[in-house]
Amino acid sequence: MPDNKEKFEQLNQVIEELRDQPGALMPVMQRAQNIFGCVSLDVQKAIAEGLGVTLSEVYGVATFYSQFKLKPAGKYVISVCLGTACYVKGSQKVLDRLSEELKIPVGDTTDDGLFTLQATRCLGACGLAPVMTVNDEVYGRLVPDDVPGILAKYKE
Amino acid sequence: MENMINLTIDGVQVSVPAGSTVLEAARAANIHIPTLCYLKDVNQIGACRVCVVDVGARALQAACVYPVAEGMVVKTNTPAVRQARKTVVELLLSIHDRKCLSCPRNNNCELQDLCRDLGIEDDNRFAGGVNHYDIDDASPCVVRDNNKCVLCRRCVAACHNQQNVGVIGAVRRGFNTAIESPWGFKLAQTGCVNCGQCIVACPVGALREKDSIKPVEALLNSPKHVVVQPAPAVRAALGEEFGLPMGTSVTGKMVAALRRLGFDKVFDTDFGADLTILEEGTELVQRITNKGVLPMITSCSPGWIKYCETYNPDFLPNLSSCKSPHEMLGAVIKTYYAEKAGIDPKDIAVVSVMPCTAKKFESKRPELSNDGMQDVDEVITTRELARMIRAAGIDFANLPDEDFDSLLGESTGAGVIFGATGGVMEAALRFAYEAVTGKELEKVEFHEVRGLKGVKEAEIDLNGTKLNVAVAHGTGNAQQLLDSVRNGEKQYQFIEVMCCPGGCVTGGGQPIVKSDVRMSVNVSAERAKALYGEDEGKALRKSQDNEELKVLYKEYLGEPGSHKAHHLLHTTYVARDKYENIK
Repeated sequence: MPDNKEKFEQLNQVIEELRDQPGALMPVMQRAQNIFGCVSLDVQKAIAEGLGVTLSEVYGVATFYSQFKLKPAGKYVISVCLGTACYVKGSQKVLDRLSEELKIPVGDTTDDGLFTLQATRCLGACGLAPVMTVNDEVYGRLVPDDVPGILAKYKE
Repeated sequence: MENMINLTIDGVQVSVPAGSTVLEAARAANIHIPTLCYLKDVNQIGACRVCVVDVGARALQAACVYPVAEGMVVKTNTPAVRQARKTVVELLLSIHDRKCLSCPRNNNCELQDLCRDLGIEDDNRFAGGVNHYDIDDASPCVVRDNNKCVLCRRCVAACHNQQNVGVIGAVRRGFNTAIESPWGFKLAQTGCVNCGQCIVACPVGALREKDSIKPVEALLNSPKHVVVQPAPAVRAALGEEFGLPMGTSVTGKMVAALRRLGFDKVFDTDFGADLTILEEGTELVQRITNKGVLPMITSCSPGWIKYCETYNPDFLPNLSSCKSPHEMLGAVIKTYYAEKAGIDPKDIAVVSVMPCTAKKFESKRPELSNDGMQDVDEVITTRELARMIRAAGIDFANLPDEDFDSLLGESTGAGVIFGATGGVMEAALRFAYEAVTGKELEKVEFHEVRGLKGVKEAEIDLNGTKLNVAVAHGTGNAQQLLDSVRNGEKQYQFIEVMCCPGGCVTGGGQPIVKSDVRMSVNVSAERAKALYGEDEGKALRKSQDNEELKVLYKEYLGEPGSHKAHHLLHTTYVARDKYENIK
C-alpha cells in the first residue's frame, strides 16, 4: 500500500525504539493506533514481525482491550449515549435500531467505511435525552423511528 | 544436597525440594488435588481454579502455581475448598456443550472425571446464556469445536511454547473469550503445521483429528485392493487403548486386528523406514563426498517439513529429498507390488496408520504422487484405528500374534526405532558406518542420540571420519538448533528433527494420556522402551540387512539413489508464507 508507506516507516521506527523494552507490545500497539487510526491486519502483521511475537498474540491483545480498533473509524462516527438519563429514556432501543439498520454490532464499522457505531457514557446533554452524536452534530429526544431519516442524511 | 522444604498437607508431613508447587508436594505425599488447566511441562498458569487449596491465606490458592514454604499448612479437602472447586466446574458446565455420549472424548475426558470426583449433582445449575461457535473442520488434520472448549489454554501453550508455532490464542474477553486463530481465520488458513499437539493437550473434546474412518471404510467396502501399513510408533501405544500397560509392544495383535478389519495386505511402514535409511544414508554420504549442502536434515516428519517450509525456508536445501517412510512404501506398493501381484495400480488403495495428524496433510501433497495417483490414499491415526477395532467388535487384548505379509513386510530393528526421537539418526548411523568404512558395525547402539533432552549432540567416529550430528524433537527445540546453525555457532553434517516432543511415540495422533498420568509417568520414555525393546529382540538390526529390501533393489530399484529410486522415493519442498492464506 504505497499511500501508507510513510506510516509503516513511522511504525518501524517505533518498533525499533521500543523493541528491547519488556512488555513492548502494548505501547507499540498504542503508538500504531495513533499513526494509523486503528490496528488493522497489515499493521498487526508488521508489529508481530517487528517484535518477533505471533500474530495471535497481537490479535489477542487487540481484541482484549476495547480501546484498540481493528478497522479505521468510519467517515461518520455515531455515538449513542448510554448514560443513566439517556438509558432510562430508551437510548438502548435507539442503539439497537442503529445496529439493525447499519447491519453491524456496536463497536464496528460498516463495510463501505461510512459509519462507525459506538456507545458512549454521558455526553452532558441529559436535558435532551436520549441523545446521540454523529461526528459533531447532536441529535436529542430520539425515538428509534428517527434513525432511518438521520442515517439517510449522511448516505448521499 | 538440594534445599528441602518441610510442610504439612492434610496432616501429612512432606519434604520437597524448594521451588516445588503445592500440587507437586501433594503428589509426592500421594494426595490427589484435582486439576484441569494444569499439564506438566506444558501449562502451569493457575487459570481454571479447580486445584484451589487452603494454605492459610485469606483466599484459596491455586496449588499448581503456589510455591511451597517452610512450615506451610495446606488443607486440600475442607468444605470451602470442595465447594469452590464444585462451583468452578458447574460454571464451566453452564457453557459446555454436554453431548458427552457422541463426543470423541467420551470416557476419556478430564471434565467428566472432575464431575464424577467432585460429585456434581446438577450439570445445569448455572443455566443461562451460551455462546454458539461454528466447528472449524477446514483443516485436513485438526478439528476445533469451541462449544466444548473449557478455555484451559493447554492447546495454546502446546502450540506457542512447545512447538513455537503459535497460531491459536485467546481472543476477546470475559464471556466472549474463545481460543481461535487471529482474525477469525480457520486453522487451515494459518501457519499451523498440523502436528496435533493441541489435540493431545486438550482435556476435553474441543480438539480432535479430522476423521478418516469413513473414507477408509468406504475403501474396504469397495472392490479396491486395500493395502494397509502401520508406522513404527503405532505398535508402541495402540495397546493403551485396550487397557494394556503403557510401553507394551502390540505388533502381532495389531497385524491380526488389521487383517480382521478386512485389509487385503498388511505391510509394514518399518520396511519403508529401512528403505528410507538406504536412500537417506546414501544421500548423506553423497552430500559429504560431493561437498553438497550440509547439514542434511531428515525429512520423515511432515509437521517438521511444514514448519521448515513456513518458518525457515532458507533451510529447504538442507532437507533430505527423501519422502517419508510411508510415502516411500506407498510408492513402492503402487509400482513394484502392483507389478508382482499383477494388479492395476489404479485398483490399489494404500491406507497408512500413523501416530500423526500431519500425515493426513502430507498424503494429499501433490508432490507425493506418481502417474496421477497419490502414493498414499488415506491416513488414519492410532486413535482412529482403535475406534475401528472397537466398532468391529474385535477383542484386541486376546488376539493372537500374526506376522506382516511378505514382500514388503520385513523390517530390521533400525526401522522400528524410527518412532522415538533419535531413532532415525541411530538407524542412519548404523548404515552410514558400514557405507563409509566398509567394515561391519559391531555395536549397533548409539546411546548418545537416545533420550529426551531437547537437543542432543554427538560426534560419531566412523573409523577415523568424524561425523557431527544433532537431534531435536519438538519444533521449539528445532528452532533453537536451526538458529545456532544459522548464526554459525554450531556446525553439523547431519541433523534429525521430529516435529513432536518425544518423537512419533508421542505424536499428535497417539492415544491421549490424561494430565494426572502425565504428571507421574514419562509417556515418551515408556513408549520408546517398547520400540528399543523390539529392536533388541530383532535378529537383524541394520536396514541394509533387510532381505526383502535387498530383493526390492535387486529386482526393481537398482541401487540406492538410482534414477528409478529418485523418481519414486524422493520429493521436493515449497517455501510457504505463514500468512499465505490470510487475506
